[in-house]
Amino acid sequence: MKSFARSYGPLVAIAVLAVLLLVVAPAVLSPFRLNNLGKYCCWAIAAVGIGLAWGRGGMLVMGQGVFFGIGGYAMAMHLKLEAAGPEGIPDFMLLYGDGTMPGWWEPFRSGAFTLFAIVALPAIAAAILGYAVFKRRVKGAYFAILTQALAVVFATLLIATIQETGGFNGLNQFTFFFGYNLYDPVNKKMVYSIAAGLLVACLVVVWQLYRSRFGELLVATRDAEERVRFLGHDPANVKLAAFVIAAVMASIGGAMFAPIAGIISPSDVDATASIFLIAGVALGGRALLLGPALGAIAVGYGRSTLSESFPDQWTYFLGALFIAVILLFPAGLASLFGKAWSRLPRRKAAPA
Amino acid sequence: MRLPHPNPDDLGLDYLEVRGLTVDFDGFKAVDGVDLTLLQGRVHFLIGPNGAGKTTLVDAVTGLVPATGLARYRNQDLLSVRSHKIVRAGIGRTFQTATVFEELSVLQNLDIAGGVHRSPFALLRARRGVPSYVADALETVGLADLRDRPAGVLAHGQKQWLEIGMLLVQDAKVMLLDEPVAGMSAEEREETGALLQRIGEERTIVVIEHDMDFVRSFADVVTVMHAGKVLIEGSVAEIQASPEVQEVYLGRTVEGTTHA
Repeated sequence: MKSFARSYGPLVAIAVLAVLLLVVAPAVLSPFRLNNLGKYCCWAIAAVGIGLAWGRGGMLVMGQGVFFGIGGYAMAMHLKLEAAGPEGIPDFMLLYGDGTMPGWWEPFRSGAFTLFAIVALPAIAAAILGYAVFKRRVKGAYFAILTQALAVVFATLLIATIQETGGFNGLNQFTFFFGYNLYDPVNKKMVYSIAAGLLVACLVVVWQLYRSRFGELLVATRDAEERVRFLGHDPANVKLAAFVIAAVMASIGGAMFAPIAGIISPSDVDATASIFLIAGVALGGRALLLGPALGAIAVGYGRSTLSESFPDQWTYFLGALFIAVILLFPAGLASLFGKAWSRLPRRKAAPA
Repeated sequence: MRLPHPNPDDLGLDYLEVRGLTVDFDGFKAVDGVDLTLLQGRVHFLIGPNGAGKTTLVDAVTGLVPATGLARYRNQDLLSVRSHKIVRAGIGRTFQTATVFEELSVLQNLDIAGGVHRSPFALLRARRGVPSYVADALETVGLADLRDRPAGVLAHGQKQWLEIGMLLVQDAKVMLLDEPVAGMSAEEREETGALLQRIGEERTIVVIEHDMDFVRSFADVVTVMHAGKVLIEGSVAEIQASPEVQEVYLGRTVEGTTHA
């Protein structure tokens, strides 16, 4: 029998993180810092999905910015229309276009549709892409390059369509979030809490997935795809499920990023942004439960803090840290907790 | 159907029928018009020199290489179905090198093989306790004492037994075993042979083998393959008496092999 600590220890760790994010952080951080932490939480939500797809599923998803962007733009379109008021048109369309709104913007006036789209659009996109890719047994570096290329295409498309998506400037100047004024600090705190809460929820979801039979099957598929075929499973379906869940999580992260950052632009969803997401996951430990989330928060924090102190050199610090972690702790920084835990002196457990 | 369907009552309920099976690798026929009827309740051995096409035949039947001809099990055409569906139809196989999930425990390896019995929704739940069919398989293959060990630390022979256990959990009615006793000690071979006879009573067991002592001890039926074709099929005595077999296979092996 597994001990209680091994079964529910991770849940306790998630609970500790939940208390830190939802109780401690709002009490001690300034509104500015709290808002920054909110952004890191959004990246962390996407990172949790990457941990599932890459860490457990072995799929190096280099283009999660695309799904982050789908959610981010869906939310931003709704906020833009909310700011424009009923029957109103987003300001940039008057500035760059002829003052007419494309028909596909119209449904995003509805908050309910927007929330539905944030989950459904990435799920559909990932399902189609994943089906085509995994059934053809595309994997490894080819898969990574393909997803990376997708992020490049997506950002290029956004930049090229300034009249429909705001182009390089992206979408910004949101005033309301589902009826709540975003200039009110109390409401900003609420938006932060939603993002942090969603992060905790995503962690609980992957915790259950990792301990489920699906989680075992996913790791088995990662390690011996052909063998899984002879267990009577199509490995493509196993990978597809993980890929779709990862895409939805990235989309949810993007959707919360837009109101917290106040902007979503191609540079938030392009290849570089996708690599930053991957970097956080690698830094924290891709196969560990909390590794990706903590890694993404750390990279986000590093980005802000170092860029304040060393605006020109901070990327070198991050690069050096990345190299050091890969060389010294290939399983990620979060693996140190596990190592420290196993070295703690304790009473000898009863034999299983 | 190209051939008259044999009466299932004459043959037992489960049998695997292969007719005119051909695997063509760019003009080279690795398997060339093979006919086989593999019956339930027998331990069937497939022997022949290297390159005779034994493994390729098994690959064809399990969907790993494209083939022409007919391979049918319970009225299902195996050549038009993909590997995982063939497994779900009740046909399991092992590989020459044992491929267990090294990081998972013996128990987890067996449990994961039970996935064919579970709905996708049930996969989302964590494992609780040990399902009876997993416990039974653990007992049958004799790994009960090692159930919590990672499969990676098992001895070579134990890994093969674990794989056979996984086939039991899958409830494979036809087991295609590719050299299960290669590299085993004499004692382990005995145990494996006894295991195969035990589980073979209600299944169709096909063993690809090189070791003639092992074949002599445990074979009910032997099929000798040579250069992609079936040379002869019969009991051990019939095979040993065949001058053709001695020429292409036995002669060479008996002289060239010394057993541990």
